[in-house]
Amino acid sequence: MNKKIAITFLCVALTQFAWAEEKTASGKSLSKNPVSAEAEKVFRDSFRVDSPKYWSQRLEQDETMKLCSQYKDNPPVAVRQKIELAQKATIRYPVDGKLLGDWKEGEKIAAHGRGGHIGFIQPDKPMTPRGGNCYACHQLAAKEVAYGTIGPSLHHFGKIRGNSDEIVKYAYDKIYNSNAFSACTNMPRFGLHSWLTPEEITHVVAFLMDPESPVNKD
Amino acid sequence: MIQRLIRTLVGAAVVAAFAGSTAAQDSKVADELAKYREALADGNPADLLEVKGEGLWAEKRGPKNASLEQCDFGLGPGKLDGAYAQLPRYFKDTGKVMDVESRLVHCMVTLQGFTREQATKNWFSKPGTESDIEALVTFIGAKSNGKPINVPATHPEEKKMYQIGEYIFYRRSGPQDFSCAICHGQNDKRIRLQDLGNLTTKEGAGTAMKTWPSYRVSQGAVWTMQRRLIDCMRQARFPEPNYLSDSIVALQVYLQKNATGTVMETPGIKR
Repeated sequence: MNKKIAITFLCVALTQFAWAEEKTASGKSLSKNPVSAEAEKVFRDSFRVDSPKYWSQRLEQDETMKLCSQYKDNPPVAVRQKIELAQKATIRYPVDGKLLGDWKEGEKIAAHGRGGHIGFIQPDKPMTPRGGNCYACHQLAAKEVAYGTIGPSLHHFGKIRGNSDEIVKYAYDKIYNSNAFSACTNMPRFGLHSWLTPEEITHVVAFLMDPESPVNKD
Repeated sequence: MIQRLIRTLVGAAVVAAFAGSTAAQDSKVADELAKYREALADGNPADLLEVKGEGLWAEKRGPKNASLEQCDFGLGPGKLDGAYAQLPRYFKDTGKVMDVESRLVHCMVTLQGFTREQATKNWFSKPGTESDIEALVTFIGAKSNGKPINVPATHPEEKKMYQIGEYIFYRRSGPQDFSCAICHGQNDKRIRLQDLGNLTTKEGAGTAMKTWPSYRVSQGAVWTMQRRLIDCMRQARFPEPNYLSDSIVALQVYLQKNATGTVMETPGIKR
């Protein structure tokens, strides 16, 4: 009897321990920030109350953002899978179903990094087109040397992978919702947030895939 | 000092020739920054502002016709040597964790009799409008040059602000899913050609924090840490936080604690 109680206690203790010491894929120990509720209030209270409403909407977090923040972008496997599954379901396609657009348009979108800056000090002019800003993080065409390294090099993307329907769809899906493939990636969810339209995404896909695109040609 | 000022004036002229660069020329600016640094080794335009700040510090101003010389930045009234390097910290008289700018505004209100609105009206300079706060912070910052950053955040209120800062650092939202960490949470990355420090490490946070306030070549102005962090929010496509808001102070506690031990080299000069 005593033994049974002891085992029960041990099990409870172990469960508690596992809860507190949840490990991520990389083995880093993670506990929830102990002041997160207060921190969220401090953060929210830092913004002017007379800001336009669409500004404050940018402070809202969906479930993915909340989980990624909580786990410092490195969630445990089960959470990761849950996020990826839910995000996959959000992907929408152009009405005509064509996923390959005009690579020359895609080249412009990839290079353009302005748009969407708000605030009172240095906002973008209203109606400034939003760019994909791909070069901020990725190498693409060889001729553009000012590329960032936060994301992998995409030089010769189509040349290396071929242009099967599967690869085209993968490229579209990844740009539309990057979290469908790797939860809490640094890459924005361009389609989900309507940062780029489905049509604009097809142009970027063409920029990545077309044999004539400088991504593949040079 | 005179010789240093002359070099500074020459330096300012060189920088003015390059200033006005737009974001589209960011990469060119980055390339040429090494050249500026060489040319301006002794002639950071921020030195001019430091001299102006020194004057403002001692000048009797405001409704109370008082100087700031009795302002206490944590080491005692008027004690500025090394004070910046130990901020933000908890202040008993206000019951708040304050950064250099919060404390400076507090002193402008309590010692000089300015209203908070008057004190913060020109918290950053615009073309044609100078900022006393920028000048004063540059002066106060320079008084920590050569001193190690020391923000252990051991007081319970400081510790809490560190945790709040850490929470905000990793908090993702907005139309690009951004947080501070996506650009500043890894080693050896760059955005376009700009190197990104890993601000979660002593090395990365130290390299970033030791040179503020800093003259920004692309902006043609000295930026304080408040200005720097408020602009980070803009770049992340977030709304604009209020000047001196707790979020910005909390982020500074997070960054300064991570940077603790790094020797200050301020005022700096940056892209």
